[in-house]
Amino acid sequence: MTAALVPVAPETPAPGARVATGRRARSRRRRTVLAVLVAALLVVLVVTLCVGERSYSPLQVLRVLTGETVPGASFNIETIRLPRMLSGLLVGLGFGMGGVVFQTMLRNPLASPDIIGVSAGSSAAAVVAITAFGMSGTALSLVAVAAGVAVAGAIYALSWRRGVQGARLVLIGIAVGSMLDSVIAYAMTRAGVYDAAEALRWLTGSLNSAFWAGLGPLAAAMAVLLPTLLALSRRLSALQLGDDSASSLGVRPDRSRLALLLVAVAVVAVATAAAGPIAFVAFLSGPIAHRLVRGTGSLLVPSALVGALLVLVGDLVGQHLLVARFPVGVVTGVLGAPYLLWLLARTNRSGGSL
Amino acid sequence: MSTHTLAVEAATIGYDERVVVHEMTLEVPAGRITTIVGANACGKSTLLRAMARLLKVKAGRVLLDGRAIDQIPSREVATVLGLLPQTPVSPEGIAVADLVGRGRYPHQGWFRRWTAQDDAAVEEALRATDILDLADRPVDELSGGQRQRVWIAMALAQQTDVLLLDEPTTFLDVAHQVEVLDLLTDLNRRRGTTIVMVLHDLNLAARYTDHLVALREGRLVAQGAPRDVVTPALVEEVFGMTARVIDDPVSGTPLVVPVGRHHATNPQVETHDLAG
Amino acid sequence: MTLRTAPTPADLAPRRPASARPRRATGLAVCVLAVVVAVVCSLAFGSRVVGWSDVVAGVLHPDDSIAQAAVASRVPRTVLGLLVGAALGLAGGVMQGLTRNPLADPALLGVSSGASLSVVLGIAWVGLSSLTQYIWFAFLGAAVASLLVYAIGSMGREGATPLKLALAGAATSAALLSAVSMVLLTRTDVLDTFRFWQVGSVGRASYSDIGQVVPFLVVGAVLAVGCARGMDAIALGDDVATGLGQKVGLVRGVGALAAVLLCGASVAIAGPIGFVGLVVPHLARAFTGPSHRWLLPYAAALGAALLLVADVVGRVVARPQEIEVGIVTAVLGAPVFIAIIRRQKVREL
Repeated sequence: MTAALVPVAPETPAPGARVATGRRARSRRRRTVLAVLVAALLVVLVVTLCVGERSYSPLQVLRVLTGETVPGASFNIETIRLPRMLSGLLVGLGFGMGGVVFQTMLRNPLASPDIIGVSAGSSAAAVVAITAFGMSGTALSLVAVAAGVAVAGAIYALSWRRGVQGARLVLIGIAVGSMLDSVIAYAMTRAGVYDAAEALRWLTGSLNSAFWAGLGPLAAAMAVLLPTLLALSRRLSALQLGDDSASSLGVRPDRSRLALLLVAVAVVAVATAAAGPIAFVAFLSGPIAHRLVRGTGSLLVPSALVGALLVLVGDLVGQHLLVARFPVGVVTGVLGAPYLLWLLARTNRSGGSL
Repeated sequence: MSTHTLAVEAATIGYDERVVVHEMTLEVPAGRITTIVGANACGKSTLLRAMARLLKVKAGRVLLDGRAIDQIPSREVATVLGLLPQTPVSPEGIAVADLVGRGRYPHQGWFRRWTAQDDAAVEEALRATDILDLADRPVDELSGGQRQRVWIAMALAQQTDVLLLDEPTTFLDVAHQVEVLDLLTDLNRRRGTTIVMVLHDLNLAARYTDHLVALREGRLVAQGAPRDVVTPALVEEVFGMTARVIDDPVSGTPLVVPVGRHHATNPQVETHDLAG
Repeated sequence: MTLRTAPTPADLAPRRPASARPRRATGLAVCVLAVVVAVVCSLAFGSRVVGWSDVVAGVLHPDDSIAQAAVASRVPRTVLGLLVGAALGLAGGVMQGLTRNPLADPALLGVSSGASLSVVLGIAWVGLSSLTQYIWFAFLGAAVASLLVYAIGSMGREGATPLKLALAGAATSAALLSAVSMVLLTRTDVLDTFRFWQVGSVGRASYSDIGQVVPFLVVGAVLAVGCARGMDAIALGDDVATGLGQKVGLVRGVGALAAVLLCGASVAIAGPIGFVGLVVPHLARAFTGPSHRWLLPYAAALGAALLLVADVVGRVVARPQEIEVGIVTAVLGAPVFIAIIRRQKVREL
């Protein structure tokens, strides 16, 4: 039996079909990248729980997590590794998302919160609190958050002149950061050498002080702040096009910028208070995410995932793979620095923005 | 036919302490093409920016449909008024279709997903500006002229009744300049879009405009049909230039021919039209 | 018979009214006077209160009394303050002129962090422990870092815009300082030595130390003044300057060398001191206008005066302790810098 071949009239493509194919292809690419990032993150999370001075198999970890008491494993996993992992995850998500918001809004990948004085506020307050007042724990974290937000607010206010322009904000931020760095240096000279070393440890950024006690507030804060940023991501996309285009799309530039900055500052301040200013995570998450999902939409979620990966992998490397135990800030600092300089050179050469 | 009206009432507009536009009253005829012309720094861009709500007026009002424009919610304004700004910024690596797609924002709520209607609007805009082939290419790779057309497409994708364009012909070569202006004319004739643009080329303005507005030092000098407005006297007053005005042999609209210091074998200035 | 070929910038500049030159000369004399006053203050005031007779005696023929010894110890720091202040002022003026960037400053451009890293590595690996030994390491680190920052900041279409340089400087500093942290975390002994160097001060150097850097400062100063005319041309834009017959590359190279010598030597001997090189040329420019032939001497004089005053403030405010001059200039300089930025049009940045 032969199947008759019925000639079919060529269909007129539906309006918008041509554009839709391209868009869907880009969407697919983005979803793939995100899926890979999430998968990588899950793997790292499991590894963090398994590996250590005493290593456990994933099965043992699973049993502990589901409530069973496994002798020799439960304490280690529940009391030490799990809070550390969760802190690292939350802090990484925060630095990643907060950092990219700054870089996108100020249209320059070099304008990251740890460069433009935002983290310096938290850091200076923490160092003074440690060396002059001997604070630690929750009190220290609260001081750090409050100071971070206050300094960021001051920088914003100082750069306000009938609206805030990115360039001015960045430069004033650098100046304020410089001033706070000298305050830190001063505090370091006035303290005893052990206090100074403790302050330096805090400044480098580490997950060593991650315990269940501090996790609650951190998780609560992130649970509120991160979704807020995601809700504002549309306005961020509009702001990327310049103030005029954003206005014409119905987004008020000044108001949106203020809202975005406020939330981003809070996120970075909370993350800094929890783990110290972990070097370069906020700086590099955005550019790395950008290279992965190049041009296909909002960078908030990809950057958050990259940030979490950087922190957790950095911690793993620092704790287990080097000659001595180093805090995560050192690892991200040393590995991040050359990449940063290369990125700087590349960005300037192509004159790009995020 | 566009039913939205845009007007400016006794508006004084400026930056910081400087006043650029003095007490301007202007009504933009609905459903028509209006062009604002004038010498450099006469306030034409400033006026357009105030009409686009990018600049707050120091005194007076800007009225959209008879309501003060700063009282109307931004999203609502964005569905009626579209803008092509002078110096737009494009995010690195973004594809043409995606950038044009951003123009659909005012029509999409917070969580409204992308619909076939949005795709259709984007495609129509790309087709109209003749860049459909470039839909998937990154904007960074395009030439200045192509990029300008991408921005125009974004404004078109917004599908607003009123379109404001600040120097839409920058970076474009002559052929594309005419193409863009023809496209705007299509838009006006077929969909009744009200168009307000700033042009620095007086001849193109005279040819493509229904309603010409001439400014000098922030004040209105003349407005009306090009035939009535473009006279040697006006050219002298607004641009400080001596010229003859003849009929464009192709379109019949006024054509300004400058009289310089050289090559003026026939400098006799004739009055073009005796109206008023 | 002279044949005038290319017009010089002096010809193109609008004729200044005849009254300008004597006015600027008077202004310079006033600046020098300010320096003298600052010197006197620096000798007379400090963390220890001394009487005037002791001041005079302490400077000329100190006996063994505590007061006069204190004054005697102020002499080298006054000398150092003069030299470093002048050097930083000059370097700032040169940097701002060469990069056409009103916000260029040695500290902001990564010089200090480069020196810091060098010094830390020196302390940790080579076992350095005194200023005399740091000097050469610091110098080298400062030079490399500033060249790196300038290279990175000037890549791209627009060249070295103020914003790009500042960001390149800040980011490079962050990179270098994180390397510093890594070393310090493992070696608390190094931390103990380094944390004091990290704060810029003019009170640590002896005459022999000063003697080591003086040649660099002198050479740097001579080179700086030598390219003043070239910088006036560069201020008009590279293309215009070339059209006027200036060898832009040569001027830039010599100027950069001068800036590196001056900054590097200053950081080497006094540690990182910020904001002087940034703010002083702006103050000078308010009196001299853009001409570098006047701007540079003014910047040198004002820099010296301001640094000495900052040092005195640091010694007096926290009696009997002292706040190092690096802190004072940062805390006082940052607000001035912010005021300058606020006055500038953003487009110029």
